[in-house]
Amino acid sequence: MLIVSCPNCGITAEETEFHAHGEAHITRHAADSSDDQMETYLFMRKNPKGVHFERWRHQNGCGKWFHMARCTMTLEVFGTYSAQTYAPPEELLAQIDAKRPGWRTPS
Amino acid sequence: MKKYSVFAVAREAMRHHTGWTRAWRDAAPKKRYDAIIIGAGGHGLATAYYLGKNFGITNVAILEKGWLGGGNTGRNTTIIRSNYLQDPSAAIYEKARSLYETMSQDLNYNVMFSPRGVIMLAQTEHEVRGYKRTAHANMLQGVKTEFISPEKVKQLVPIINLAGPRYPVLGGLWQARGGTARHDAVAWGYARACSDMGMDVIQQCEVTGIRSEGGKVVGVSTTKGDIGCDKLGMVVAGHSGHLADMAGFRLPIESVALQALVSEPIKPCMDVVVMANTVHGYMSQSDKGEMVIGGGTDGYNNYTQRGSFHHIEETVRALIETFPMVSRLKMLRQWGGIVDVTGDRSPILSRTPVDGIFINCGWGTGGFKAIPGSGWAMAELMAKGRSPLTDAFGLDRFTQGRFIDESVAAGVAH
Repeated sequence: MLIVSCPNCGITAEETEFHAHGEAHITRHAADSSDDQMETYLFMRKNPKGVHFERWRHQNGCGKWFHMARCTMTLEVFGTYSAQTYAPPEELLAQIDAKRPGWRTPS
Repeated sequence: MKKYSVFAVAREAMRHHTGWTRAWRDAAPKKRYDAIIIGAGGHGLATAYYLGKNFGITNVAILEKGWLGGGNTGRNTTIIRSNYLQDPSAAIYEKARSLYETMSQDLNYNVMFSPRGVIMLAQTEHEVRGYKRTAHANMLQGVKTEFISPEKVKQLVPIINLAGPRYPVLGGLWQARGGTARHDAVAWGYARACSDMGMDVIQQCEVTGIRSEGGKVVGVSTTKGDIGCDKLGMVVAGHSGHLADMAGFRLPIESVALQALVSEPIKPCMDVVVMANTVHGYMSQSDKGEMVIGGGTDGYNNYTQRGSFHHIEETVRALIETFPMVSRLKMLRQWGGIVDVTGDRSPILSRTPVDGIFINCGWGTGGFKAIPGSGWAMAELMAKGRSPLTDAFGLDRFTQGRFIDESVAAGVAH
């Protein structure tokens, strides 16, 4: 059971209160993009063994969206942050660097 | 290889079973093979087996990072059926189901295939319409299924409660020739047959890199050294994305944990397989008497081979309503496997951007039933460059929009 803190309403609760919605920071390509771009946007996923940035919604709470950094090998939650961003915050990345040295270059 | 038969059993009984030999050789890797298959699970071993049997390619190694059949092959709920909606799915799953019927004879290894019948319960009006549509599609595809009434369901499954307040049983999609098989035996039987053809099954040999020259594969690096090959088949389910990364291409795959559990053994009470997709639960009784229960996936990317407890609770809560007697059972074991799920919930059997590398993955939550058909088709794809069974399952379908949409249309437990 993951313990998750919602950055929108500040509540910390069990994962049953939330719902995961897949990889975060995906570039949305519009209708005039190429087939490859469309495929990347719709289907291609990083699916890493390790640190994963993903979208969550506080479904049975405030109802708002946010992002989470989580390890897919250990299920450790590194932290949550606002969904109004294109990239994870620097201080969270630094925290992950400290815990998982070398995670940025996939094995 | 010694042939297993009633005479062999009698002969060994006379000499205190001292004459049995290893079922397959524990091989060390050679320098080079015509073909290497990564993954000694059911799909990988079946691919190697049909490469040898149908195409005479026997200079083959099957590499396994753990132990034989220790991944999803040994973690599923052993259900075999072929009642899919789309034509390409019906073709490959029905091929698999028909191969299961004679597998014990073909492999000279008892895989305990039990065509006891599979019911998929319709518990909402939407499901009733969906399954009637599937039954009609199956009729056109030559897959024998029928939509049955609640009374017939009760007759087949006396322990069922038809009048559940939340999930009443409104009918079911019945495939009489579906059933179960012993999943470990499927892996062991194929491994024995492959070894007998001179193939090397190499356990505890993890692939750490893939070597290619000029866009063509030349070999793999492993924990047991470098091995050369002309053709490479990746058949590793949950870790497909990881391997594709090594080869330098991407896959439209996400890996999630799917879990199952078994109860204490009880006397025979249900001799068919029952799937209830609305509530994400399915159940059958094993030959040992355990109730084998499959649940849903956790909703997020996961490589941990275990599932969340609250998902078990969800599954069991729903099953208790449909099968009230389950409430008195103690659960013995629970486990998870990492399944690779694609956007359209259909598998990928395809060439890849690297010449000589072929991939078989994306079977998601329902790969066991497909093992022989998948191996048959993958072997043809690797030997001849294409197969009528795999044409629709190419990687290019995601750019071209030719999806084989089983996620909402057919009865896939996901």
